[in-house]
Amino acid sequence: MRPGPIDVEPLPKAPPEELRRAQEQRLMAAWETPKGLRYWSAVNNTQVGLWYSGLAFLFLLFGGVLALVMRVQLAVPGNDLLTAQQYNQFFTMHGTVMMFLFAVPIFEAFSILILPQLLGARDLPFPRLSAYGFWSFAIGGVFVCGSLFFGAAPAGGWFMYPPLTTAFQKGVGADIWLLGLSFIEVASIAAAVELIVGVLKTRPPGMRVNLIPLYAWYVLVVAVMILFAFPPLIAGDLLFELERTLHWPFFDAARGGDPLLWQHLFWIFGHPEVYIIFLPSIALMAMIVPTFAQRPLVGYGWIILSAVGTGFLSFGLWVHHMYATGLPGVSLGLFSAATEAVALPTGVQIFCFLATMLAGRVVRSVPLLFAFAGLFTFVIGGFTGVMVGLVPFDVQAHDTYFVVGHLHYVLIGGALFPVVAGLYYYWPIVRGRKLSDRLGRVAFWLMIVGFQVTFLPMHLTGLLGMPRRVFTYLPGLGFDRLNFVSSIGAFVLAAGIAVVVFDVVRPKRGEARCARNPWNAGTLEWLAEMPPDKPWGVRSIPEIDSRYPLWHQPNFLRDVDEGRFYLPDAEEGKRETLITTPVDARPVQCLRVPGNTFVAFWAAVFTGGVFIFATFHWWVATLASGVLAFVTILAWLWTGTAVVPEKPEKDVGLGLTLPLYQSGPRSVGWWALFITMIGDMTAFFSLVFGYFFYWTVHEEFPPKSATGPGVFWPALALALLAAAWLLTQLARGFNRRDRYVEYYGALVAGAVLAASGGAALVAAPLRTGLDPTAHVYPAIVWVLVVWTVAHVALGLVMQLYCAARRLAGRVSAVHDIDVANTALYWHFLAITFVTTIAVVAGFPLLA
Amino acid sequence: MRAELHEKNERLWVIAVSPAIWATHFVVSYATAAIWCAKVAGRDGSLSGARWAIFAYSVAALAAIALVGWNGWRAHGYRGGRIPHDADTPEDRHRLLGAATALLSGLSAIAVVYAASVIAFVRSCA
Repeated sequence: MRPGPIDVEPLPKAPPEELRRAQEQRLMAAWETPKGLRYWSAVNNTQVGLWYSGLAFLFLLFGGVLALVMRVQLAVPGNDLLTAQQYNQFFTMHGTVMMFLFAVPIFEAFSILILPQLLGARDLPFPRLSAYGFWSFAIGGVFVCGSLFFGAAPAGGWFMYPPLTTAFQKGVGADIWLLGLSFIEVASIAAAVELIVGVLKTRPPGMRVNLIPLYAWYVLVVAVMILFAFPPLIAGDLLFELERTLHWPFFDAARGGDPLLWQHLFWIFGHPEVYIIFLPSIALMAMIVPTFAQRPLVGYGWIILSAVGTGFLSFGLWVHHMYATGLPGVSLGLFSAATEAVALPTGVQIFCFLATMLAGRVVRSVPLLFAFAGLFTFVIGGFTGVMVGLVPFDVQAHDTYFVVGHLHYVLIGGALFPVVAGLYYYWPIVRGRKLSDRLGRVAFWLMIVGFQVTFLPMHLTGLLGMPRRVFTYLPGLGFDRLNFVSSIGAFVLAAGIAVVVFDVVRPKRGEARCARNPWNAGTLEWLAEMPPDKPWGVRSIPEIDSRYPLWHQPNFLRDVDEGRFYLPDAEEGKRETLITTPVDARPVQCLRVPGNTFVAFWAAVFTGGVFIFATFHWWVATLASGVLAFVTILAWLWTGTAVVPEKPEKDVGLGLTLPLYQSGPRSVGWWALFITMIGDMTAFFSLVFGYFFYWTVHEEFPPKSATGPGVFWPALALALLAAAWLLTQLARGFNRRDRYVEYYGALVAGAVLAASGGAALVAAPLRTGLDPTAHVYPAIVWVLVVWTVAHVALGLVMQLYCAARRLAGRVSAVHDIDVANTALYWHFLAITFVTTIAVVAGFPLLA
Repeated sequence: MRAELHEKNERLWVIAVSPAIWATHFVVSYATAAIWCAKVAGRDGSLSGARWAIFAYSVAALAAIALVGWNGWRAHGYRGGRIPHDADTPEDRHRLLGAATALLSGLSAIAVVYAASVIAFVRSCA
């Protein structure tokens, strides 16, 4: 199929008034938000994005209250408002909530809300996945926060270092952290997949890569970063939980483990995380600054340099959190070099903003004030970052309040202030009214002053030697006055946030609704109609010729509203959006996106059950919840994905006819699976990294006493699994040529081979007597085997699913999304089992 | 439109090649030093072998980055194009991706030099 044209000139005339009304009614019917209890079955990005953002803000307030209580505790020496145990739980939860339940989710939430608007799309390609992510986040977040009220909260700091948390904290706190957050991390990865496919495949026709709004560039970079940063933590969580529950000694030095492995895995996640938080906030500024400078952003190419460059370099910084652990000087040097290098791209984007302001005519506004507050604060945090990036300085400042001061400058300057700027800027799109200018200014002054008063003294407190994470201190050490000032500042900052909250929740009935595009911005999200009561997104999907279409494309708003562009109608009453090519955004498919459902909600409830019940070792309930989750997700896939359309193609307007069904690399599902599997590979290779990490820390690895896994069983497993892989690939060809017997035969035989291969792989450590609790060597071999076998089991389910789909008439020679995706999954599975077998069976032969 | 500018011939991921070379250089240098100190020289041993290896990686990485960057630079100036490369044409799309590639190559080269400078200062595994 040839991609459609992207420059249609001239546009057709507007359809007659009567037809336009009828089109609008049909669009409304297709996209209507459900009422009553069914409201919560909504999956449309406008609803899910709103709930997601709102909940993330609630968690922000919760984390803020924890901070205030801590500041009261520290206001005077020897205070006894909190016990040491309570204080441990408070600072752990404060860090955890702010990082995992506010900073990362707010980006995803906000992007789900705004990205389709920004791309002139009706919705993202997988709305139900977004809803699933939201419900997972809500359940996991409430579970983790709730633990505080039962005195059961984690107390090991937000980075949960073992052996403190494995050997010395007996309660369920650490398990709540590990399992609750793993669950939320899965939701984050789901959102990342959605956003990557969204940016690459749902852009409006003609939005070539050189015309993409900068926010979307940042979303792309950040989502890719999530894909590589979160899986190492998931792998770490797996090892950690296996140690806590089954006593596999990954971090227990007495049995050959090493707590430093956790630090590596945590910070391979943890440092990019800072940029995962920071870049979206900078992205907001890249939207706000041009609007209030009333000109295009200066240095579009430089911003791409910043976004992509920071994204990469941020993965070379993690050891700067570990300078004090005694690694060789050369390792520290490499990470210090990268830490200093990342300041370059980070600084470049700030200069771009300043240049834009200088070159434009600046309109004063509350969003801009908060953007400035963010830049100012972040730059100071960046400078102290350059300081602590240097090993000799860091060794002095490590674990003191200097670091607390530094990180709050970075995170509040780099995330909170810009998010408030974004809140004031985008509120009209959400509610059709601006927030108060006056209250905004009051909030700005309270927050910026309160912030500096709180955190600037902390640098001094730290340099004077006050350690982090102590629940109190003795008088007369020079900390008293500085701490008191910080505590006062914290309440001023909190007052500022309270003003923002008041501004948001206060009734605004009497106030004027704002006009369309109230800030006179140039980008597509401001096509939003006022009041915002049109759930369809855009009236017709426009064709883009410029970076700021609302400024530079004549009659743009009128043409969109009159339905002169693509998909002005929903003739079949279905939800539809356009899929375009990644480089030039040529339309290639009209995608039917699924509608409202509770299935995503139930899938999240049951998946959440698995994690929550496992925390308390209620294994029967865990198993039952797992089975229910499996059945629910299967039902979701069966009824809601790869649906065969009633006709092969449809007229999308402007003389263009597009197919309704695409499979293989042309389908969004294939892309999503590909991207998900890259995340999966990252987690897997984090475990492989663990194996070689243990090799470097041990004189003998595998230890001389090791009895397995030998060569016979792994080699047998390799042969069987390779055959299963081959048959799965052949099945795709058989399906295309309608060779039924061979198709079913290949899938069923493939499933049998997969099952036998998995069994042979388990037999390897089992038959050679590797006891995973005895030493870290058998433990790491077992974990690689278990990981691989779990993936084989999933591959087997997919093989049988494909056979069943064809039997049910939901797969045919042309409609083969499921088969193509299964074939793709098996390619990744092949990488997994070949690597596992090469490592566990092959490496001992070399070592 | 010239055939070479058809989107089929344009690779979005090319802009990430130079940073990926930096990342590879970084990981391989780190692994070489870690394995050298853990398995060959010992914790107080000399770094000499690893230093030569890292020097060689750095030269190779810089050469590769220069090549990628030069290609980007040429695309950026394709048929006399000037920034901001914001026209709705395949030419400007090609130029913008070229400009981004060239800029990212510059940054990657600096980052490789930063990393390589470590071996000028650190001579032992301690």
